[in-house]
Amino acid sequence: MIREAIDGENPDRLYTVTGGRSRADENAFDLVTLIVSESDPAPGMQSEHAAILRMCRTPVAVVELAAELKLPVSVVKILLCDLLDTGRIAARHPSASVVRTPLPHPEILKQVLVGLKKL
Amino acid sequence: MDSRSSEVTDQAPPRSRAPLANTVNDALKIVIVGGFGVGKTTMVRAVSEIRPLSTEETMTGAGIGIDDTGSVREKSTTTVAFDFGRISLNERMVLYLFGAPGQERFWFLWDRLFAGTLGAVVLVDTRRVADSWYAIDRLEHHGMPFIVARNNFGEPEHTLPQLREALSLSDDVPLVDCDARHRASSKSVLIALVNHLYALSTARETSP
Repeated sequence: MIREAIDGENPDRLYTVTGGRSRADENAFDLVTLIVSESDPAPGMQSEHAAILRMCRTPVAVVELAAELKLPVSVVKILLCDLLDTGRIAARHPSASVVRTPLPHPEILKQVLVGLKKL
Repeated sequence: MDSRSSEVTDQAPPRSRAPLANTVNDALKIVIVGGFGVGKTTMVRAVSEIRPLSTEETMTGAGIGIDDTGSVREKSTTTVAFDFGRISLNERMVLYLFGAPGQERFWFLWDRLFAGTLGAVVLVDTRRVADSWYAIDRLEHHGMPFIVARNNFGEPEHTLPQLREALSLSDDVPLVDCDARHRASSKSVLIALVNHLYALSTARETSP
């Protein structure tokens, strides 16, 4: 259902939503960077920006925002850049993307195992 | 068409999700790769605390070909859709599970989407073993640690050693059976992957 909505997306809308920009800084956000609002939506704010601020009162991953807003991930990243630049959101980046090693530390994996076993 | 952007003005989109705790500050990724209909979303659903969501990423002609022979010349757009779910691990960590297609065009987006991924599960349908060859090859190419899980909806026709041979899978890659419809079984696949990662990681820590 969601897929259909995006596939049938009007390119004009995507152009309008992003103000015609086609690229965010690719390194600014990971798919699972957690976004938290730092302020409430302001009157007159672009609707997508306002929706993000409302959704992120608790942490929400970039990919969840994309799914809920029915927008491609790259478009959501552009919107998030705007909000980050104006200090309206905070970004909690995944530790794995900061430490560019092929394997995570055993201690992190141990915590993952404990978490999974509780499932 | 034009009504969609106004839909989001009224309120936040419907949330079918359990909100994450405010204390969560680190998100991890595991990717489940497999051919169409092999059960990726079924596995995500079996263990996820939210109904699996779907989203997509697009890339235009400029990027296509970087990882390729450069055969794509004209401006074109590639769209890859993927499903995901999540598991809160503790008050600080959340694990995101992505179901990703094994098809060729998907791998153009691997680095953009899945850099920093802990590891991958290759989900295999034994009736279509050949679908998995490409995924295994690409994961090896990307240096991404993985395990292989055979999804059994019925009695398997072959033994795991036979399947290992059919996949030309090296002995150090774990190969397990599962039923992706069941939570306990899917959970054990994830645990098998993380155990594998743990073994690799501790081996690296202790090696000179």
